[in-house]
Amino acid sequence: MAGSAWRRSVLAAGVIGAAVMAAVDEIVFHQLLGWHHFYDRSTLSVGLLADGLLHAAELLALVGGFFWFADLRRRGALLPRAAWGGFLLGAGAFQLFDGVVDHKVLRLHQIRYGVHLLPYDVVWNSSGAVLLLAGAAVVWRARRRPRPGGRP
Amino acid sequence: MTVLAHAGSGGDPGLLAFVPVALLAGAYLLAVSRDRRGWRPGRTAAWLAGCAALALAVGPLAGAPGDPRAHMAQHLLLGMVAPLGLALGAPVTLLLRVVPPVRRPVGRLLRARPLHLLAHPVSAALLTTGGLALVLLTPLYATAERHPALHHGIHLHYLAAGYLFAWSVAGPDPAPRRPGLAVRAGALLGAAAGHAVLAKYLYAHAATLPPGLPDRDVHALQDAARLMWYGGDVAELLLATALFATWYARNRPRGVDRLFHGDPPGQRSCQLSFDEGLTRW
Repeated sequence: MAGSAWRRSVLAAGVIGAAVMAAVDEIVFHQLLGWHHFYDRSTLSVGLLADGLLHAAELLALVGGFFWFADLRRRGALLPRAAWGGFLLGAGAFQLFDGVVDHKVLRLHQIRYGVHLLPYDVVWNSSGAVLLLAGAAVVWRARRRPRPGGRP
Repeated sequence: MTVLAHAGSGGDPGLLAFVPVALLAGAYLLAVSRDRRGWRPGRTAAWLAGCAALALAVGPLAGAPGDPRAHMAQHLLLGMVAPLGLALGAPVTLLLRVVPPVRRPVGRLLRARPLHLLAHPVSAALLTTGGLALVLLTPLYATAERHPALHHGIHLHYLAAGYLFAWSVAGPDPAPRRPGLAVRAGALLGAAAGHAVLAKYLYAHAATLPPGLPDRDVHALQDAARLMWYGGDVAELLLATALFATWYARNRPRGVDRLFHGDPPGQRSCQLSFDEGLTRW
């Protein structure tokens, strides 16, 4: 039961983490800074499809993840450490995915226009990798040391 | 209902367009006042919010014909926001409570096989997002600009398909053989993704789409497409919240009282956790 609570806590919080990172990307880089473009002409048409699907999935994940999390809480099946790790893991995974697949493979848009891109890409992707690794470490530690006083 | 949006040139179009909306709101309030068991105020609020969205679409926004931004706002309100409010108002449940003689015909209608097919979340998603794609990617849009009857017909389709979709995905009115959470969330994902792809595609091809427009303002069309993208987000968030909140309320761990559909308490279905519940409702 502890293993299943651990897995569910990681997954539910991971879904929220990825969706929150996507929301931060949308709000900060698209809306506030205006660095990202809504659409740039080098976007591939398969990129348009993937973009729409991913965007819709992010919003659904945000809401679904929240209710899943709330459900685990009311059942007393939430392991906070595992959830924090899962949140970081999800956020890092999304950041890295966005940096590699969205920006480079599908060429949806770039981080910023009219600048030398390489440093931006390096900072973007390495921050994603750092979040991912930190999340993995927290999740791993939470597995070895379950919540004090929790179910064995 | 033919006066819905863009009332004709005769008389006072502004006021005439509000008549069906006022009738919807008034009939509902009358039914609520007749219900002796006590109707949840949240349902009434949802229905009235839906009516307000309808009024906004047929009133102020209909005053700018030919502006793609106003058209897009109308589509968002008629096809997504208003239907969700109306569906959350649970009008069929209210009708069944207040007018007992309609129970048998409504029951027969709900058991009819064609309705099961039509009201499946996937077919409802195809009707709503597919209908929109059909209008915006073909000369239908330009033709409707010239023919008011077609224009009203398209708006009625937006409203009806949007209602069907909101009802099949989020309830709360009864629906026999409604599929589980995964199918409903999947249909919502498909519809929202289709809507988003269509929005960005229209933005990218504003110089040629929708086809056949006599005078084309590319910037206004791009603004409309952007509005479609972000407006679609709002609608998806609202519908997803309605879907998951209904699931959350129905799946109380200790099986307290069941607010919907009256399943006996203590059934296994009320003990399902989120991931188990994905395949069963």
